[in-house]
Amino acid sequence: MTDVGAAHPGASTPAPDVGRAVVHTTGVEKTFGTGPTAVKALEGIDLEIGQGEFVSLIGPSGCGKSTLLRLIGDLTTPSAGQILVNGKPASRARLDRDYGMVFQAPVLMDWRTIARNIELPLEIMGFPRDERARRSGELLKLVELEGFGGKHPWQLSGGMQQRVAIARALAFDPKLLLMDEPFGALDEMTRERMNLELMKIWGQTATTVVFVTHSIPEAVFLSTRVVVMSPRPGRIARIVEIDLPHQRTVETRELERYFELVTQVREALRRHEPDTTTMDELEAARIRAEGLG
Amino acid sequence: MTALPSIAQPRGASLGLARETRSARRVVGFVVVLLAVLVVWELAKWLGGDPWRIHGTVLGLRIDYEHLPPTHWRIADDLSLPHVWDVARAFVDPAQRNGPPLGLVLAGQALFTFREAVIGFVFGGLLGLGLAVWFVHSRLAERALVPYVVASQTVPILAISPIIVSATKAGWLSVAIVTAYLTFFPVTIGALRGLRAADQRAFELFRSYAASNRQILWLLRLPSSLPYLFAALRIAAAASVIGAIIGEIPAGIPDGLASAIINYNQYYVTAPERLWATIILCSVVGLVFVGLVKVAEGRLLRGRYRTLDLA
Repeated sequence: MTDVGAAHPGASTPAPDVGRAVVHTTGVEKTFGTGPTAVKALEGIDLEIGQGEFVSLIGPSGCGKSTLLRLIGDLTTPSAGQILVNGKPASRARLDRDYGMVFQAPVLMDWRTIARNIELPLEIMGFPRDERARRSGELLKLVELEGFGGKHPWQLSGGMQQRVAIARALAFDPKLLLMDEPFGALDEMTRERMNLELMKIWGQTATTVVFVTHSIPEAVFLSTRVVVMSPRPGRIARIVEIDLPHQRTVETRELERYFELVTQVREALRRHEPDTTTMDELEAARIRAEGLG
Repeated sequence: MTALPSIAQPRGASLGLARETRSARRVVGFVVVLLAVLVVWELAKWLGGDPWRIHGTVLGLRIDYEHLPPTHWRIADDLSLPHVWDVARAFVDPAQRNGPPLGLVLAGQALFTFREAVIGFVFGGLLGLGLAVWFVHSRLAERALVPYVVASQTVPILAISPIIVSATKAGWLSVAIVTAYLTFFPVTIGALRGLRAADQRAFELFRSYAASNRQILWLLRLPSSLPYLFAALRIAAAASVIGAIIGEIPAGIPDGLASAIINYNQYYVTAPERLWATIILCSVVGLVFVGLVKVAEGRLLRGRYRTLDLA
């Protein structure tokens, strides 16, 4: 479980620094609530993610995959254990703006234009105006939304809005991208197109990605490794190495090996199938504790 | 990657037309209701008012018409409910012998009261917003002070305005304070709601950027509060006119609408239509003020916020 991140020898990306862990967790535990209603969401999470990796966290709802992502981003704190991001405590890494975050909802500011939404983190970080404009121009191009910079979020489709959210997360060039089911709300066709686009962006930026998803094909298609999690309490059940060619294209989804890996992940998930009642309890406890849906 | 179809439609063109039709409809609606009120008013007088007669010359034609209503309702007699045309004529008739018409006098007084209302509205708005910003940043302050904020509005303003007047030695300042007392409350409540209205995830996003509280306030809380804030400001605008009138009474200010109200109250038995004319002008001042806030709201928010109900 502490294996070093798989190398990412994509033609368009620089050689990864294999030895350096971007994310390193040891014995991480998270309990929501206190007393008799307390529920353990995560237990014994040891995970190491190397630079340039694309790691998906997959598992049934209630397995704590989103919680793990939020712990890495210091949006919540662990009950026990240690989380290092770029060799620093997660809280320090957050203050150093080491990562970009993408949620399931695009969470764009309605009153800002698309370009100014992308510039938001840059504005907070005090970049000068012309630098911000240059950067948002580049990113609009990267996510293929040139010409939409002056529009407001509600004038764009769901898929386009999510691309804006990705551009915003990339605006300050973070070395780590945390994505919490970013395409979960999109229809299947848009989702597949977004997957291809994300692969392209990943190839161009050499960012490390931690990606939470419900979708087995999506996890296999995108990742260098898939972390399969099980609930009661949330644990890492298995890590599946994805040894597909690094250039992921439309044809990747038709490869024999792709289907084998999808089956492997599916079987790993099935072996740890949850009992729904405790899942609901866990979810309820989490909502009570965090006030989040 | 395949070319992406442009799903987004610019809203401006289609909405611009709709907006004009909508505002035209609003004006028509207002006029229709006004006419309906006048018709019901005169119908009540027709059925249960005092007997009346018209005689005079219209376009060279002599008219002499007398009407005897079939019943008598106290509420419809000339003292309670003067004829619509009598109220209209009251605006044109001189307020005092050989003086300017009442309408002109009232307009001057309305302008004076309106100015006071604006000053109080600005005071109250700033105080209300300031309190809301403070409460959002301090749970302790919120818990300790919100009950008093609510309690402040349960105290009859009539009872405290004399205290404020004597404490501040009368004048426009006391009126502004009384007005602010009435206007800060809706602003505090509305702004407090608005400052918390942003998506929970948006707050997390700002946290992930390690944004300061000040940046969260200026870049997230305040912008997302604007629709709520303006809804509150409309209520505050209407309340500020009431506040200004009530504040004028103990201050003994002779130049505003309060003195007209007191004056025509005293002469109600002889000239009820004058009080009615004053009442109409008071509500016109309120409507104009609320209208101005709405115009500002439209200017500031339209095109920047998705759901903007400018009803």
